[in-house]
Amino acid sequence: MEMYSSVPEFRVVIDRQACRLCKRCIENCSFGALEWRDNKVKAFDDRCVACQRCVSMCPEDAIALRRMPSVMSAHPIWTENARRDVFTQSRTGAILLASTGNELHERVIFDNLLLDACQVTNPAIDPLREPIELRTYIGRKPRFVELEELGDSVRLKTELSPALRLEIPIMIAQMSYGAISLEAHEALARAAVMRGTTMGSGEGGLHKKLYPYADHIIVQVASGRFGVHPAYLKAGAAVEVKIGQGAKPGIGGHLPGTKITEEISEARMIPIGADAISPAPHHDIYSIEDLAQLVNSLKEATRYKKPVLVKIAAVHNVAAISSGICRAGADAIVIDGFRAGTGATPKVIRDNVGIPIELALASVDQRLREEGIRNETSIIASGTIRNSGDVAKAIALGADAVKIGTAALIALGCTVCKRCYTGKCAWGIATQEPELRSRLDPVEGAQRVSNLLLAWSIELKEILGAAGINSIESLRGNRDRLRGYGLDHTTLEILGVQPAGS
Amino acid sequence: MCSILGIVNENGKLFSANYIIEGISLMNERCNGLGGGFAAYGLYPEYKDYYALHILLKDVELKDQVTEMLKDYVNIYKDEEIETRNVERIPQDYTPWRFFVDVPERYTNDADNYIIDLAMKINSTGGALVISSGKNMGVFKAIGYPDEVAKLYKLDNYKAYMWLAHGRYPTNTRGWWGGAHPFSILDNSIVHNGEITSYGTNKRFLESYGYKCSYFTDSEVLAYLWDLLVRRHKLPIELASEVLAPPFWEQIERMPPERRRIIEALRMTYGPAMVNGPFGIVIANGSGLTGVAGNGTMVGLSDRIKLRPLICARKNDTTFMASEESAIKAVCKNPDNVWAPRAGEPTVAMVNGDV
Ligand code: SF4
Ligand code: SF4
Repeated sequence: MEMYSSVPEFRVVIDRQACRLCKRCIENCSFGALEWRDNKVKAFDDRCVACQRCVSMCPEDAIALRRMPSVMSAHPIWTENARRDVFTQSRTGAILLASTGNELHERVIFDNLLLDACQVTNPAIDPLREPIELRTYIGRKPRFVELEELGDSVRLKTELSPALRLEIPIMIAQMSYGAISLEAHEALARAAVMRGTTMGSGEGGLHKKLYPYADHIIVQVASGRFGVHPAYLKAGAAVEVKIGQGAKPGIGGHLPGTKITEEISEARMIPIGADAISPAPHHDIYSIEDLAQLVNSLKEATRYKKPVLVKIAAVHNVAAISSGICRAGADAIVIDGFRAGTGATPKVIRDNVGIPIELALASVDQRLREEGIRNETSIIASGTIRNSGDVAKAIALGADAVKIGTAALIALGCTVCKRCYTGKCAWGIATQEPELRSRLDPVEGAQRVSNLLLAWSIELKEILGAAGINSIESLRGNRDRLRGYGLDHTTLEILGVQPAGS
Repeated sequence: MCSILGIVNENGKLFSANYIIEGISLMNERCNGLGGGFAAYGLYPEYKDYYALHILLKDVELKDQVTEMLKDYVNIYKDEEIETRNVERIPQDYTPWRFFVDVPERYTNDADNYIIDLAMKINSTGGALVISSGKNMGVFKAIGYPDEVAKLYKLDNYKAYMWLAHGRYPTNTRGWWGGAHPFSILDNSIVHNGEITSYGTNKRFLESYGYKCSYFTDSEVLAYLWDLLVRRHKLPIELASEVLAPPFWEQIERMPPERRRIIEALRMTYGPAMVNGPFGIVIANGSGLTGVAGNGTMVGLSDRIKLRPLICARKNDTTFMASEESAIKAVCKNPDNVWAPRAGEPTVAMVNGDV
């Protein structure tokens, strides 16, 4: 049957006069969209993903990418995307795969929240003149401090739980070696060291090369238990149990055997070429008491020296679940909102399951406070943090710290082409192909991620200073310093925020 | 802006309100007539075993309702209207009443918390406000300049060994009787000059310990924080001050190891109790505190970068703490000693003790 398949999304436009036929673009295109035909560069628009690699590599600036000028007849409900997906599935009979985060819901509540500043009655603080502190401790805090008098001096009687010391309240999220390249992993780890924060190992174990940075790495234990062994647990700054992630709540993972190279097989502790399948649930966790057991055994295994974090996707009942997790002994809860990114997920899950991080965060923080257990666990928010404004707003809503994934990858060169699941990342990030990997220099990459974190820290200090606050703990949960603009009554109530002007 | 002044006689000798009225009035330029108030310690020696509740009634008819409510919880030993006279500029928004009460025997173990719960319950009814609830002390406050408020309450009739005074220039909420300082809970009273930029954080922290903020003004949290830290968690004054105005991490790192461990633990645990924004405060406490002998203390403290003024002075057995030196000089011509405490460092005067 002849059928109109689908219009390509992009058009590669080559300026023939400017082109000096060096073929660099062809070498660089990992998606095969450019070929050498009849002594010139020929573009196959339908393969182009607009990753910008050719554009940035062309010495003559001869390539430009345009959105396809040819359009489908417009329909408000049957959008081009909706039709494209139906075409594809009627051809393949398969699940649609997707990368990065939710594309269906454009509205970001952070954008409707406004921060406060001091005027007249209260001096704003100039961060260039006065110290403004960002240091943050992640972990369980006692409800009160007990002291003991010994003659003339007092001693601390309360024993503090192990805590993670962060110089900035911004952490790098969990992304596995396997999903991203060793070079990307190393760059992120180096950046975490440079800025006094942490990165996550992801669920793929840790390559030997990463062990020197392990005191700034949170090692993950996920349902596949890949690469988990005593030395791994002990090396990390903390241990994170992954129950779910925002881009695919309730869904497991699948790294195809073709990506299990010798090095990845070693880190993951599975045979070369075998599929790495992470089941949807942990096979030893079917209820909250099972989680408590796992948390406790991880604490035991690390001799009670490391905080244990638990990560969940922001689903409808996130507040009650978080209360259970807190009571199960987690030192921190990582809540991943429905816009969180991923290397590969079923599109239908990515776009339709879960709730926004802003609402999840606000309701978890409020719930734990109402139960008087907010001090027993830290809350880390992730999934949508795009700039320092989002960081400040998340903290004001109640987060102890945030995690960034996509933003850190963009700093490494990712252009959000949304094709991570193909393993052909032209920027050497979401790929295992040696030639592509060699495009990413871990040292240079680390510097860029570190620059980003530094820039955001400086901006955070400006935001705090303007609000007359000289330490981040006075912004935490300070919803009085937020106002909602264009948000409905119910949303404001859940956020615990007053409307602008009130 | 606001003006604050505290005077304490360390030997517990009673002195008339005239000193504090004169001192605070000198700083009228720092306020705008939208709130003035006083706290006095040593007021009711005859009833010193009873909690003295000073209650503002929105309507005199509320008195019966409040009495009924009190009767459900406590024994009322005596009650009376607090005498006032008409002062032209002060609107008659409230009728002040005092009740002397004690706690039923089965609750005496936890009497203080019981009284706090009761005060918060009454405050949440809306029409009645418990403005002080300690023993042998009381708070007098209203709209007006401090000298007008003193006139209203006929303060010249009272004597005390420790006085606090405040003149308000409201910046974040409207001027009303309840919003005037001091804020008081049990034996603690506080006068505050400044604006708390961490109010939301402090308030939500306090809520998780059962405190309810009902005065619509930031200064209220200071009284509750002090109560939580000093009375409930039994921190020495000096360390409680380190919670409100903590040293910077950089300073903490240079401390000797044991000290460092304590201050780190305090900052990690009580981060949400840190008070940010400019402040100068004077806190009076009428009872013996942890690690402090005697019958009371007065503590002066400023924020950790000292964005609000605080001056202390001493003459014989009397200590003064004020926003301005002129206020002290107005009532004490030649102090033995005048000094400006360092940012974030508490100045403590003890009754029956040393400064
Ligand atoms: S990289 Fe640029 S100049 Fe080189 S072949 Fe491609 S389009 Fe032509
Ligand atoms: S990581 Fe690579 S493949 Fe994935 S979106 Fe970014 S540029 Fe594209």
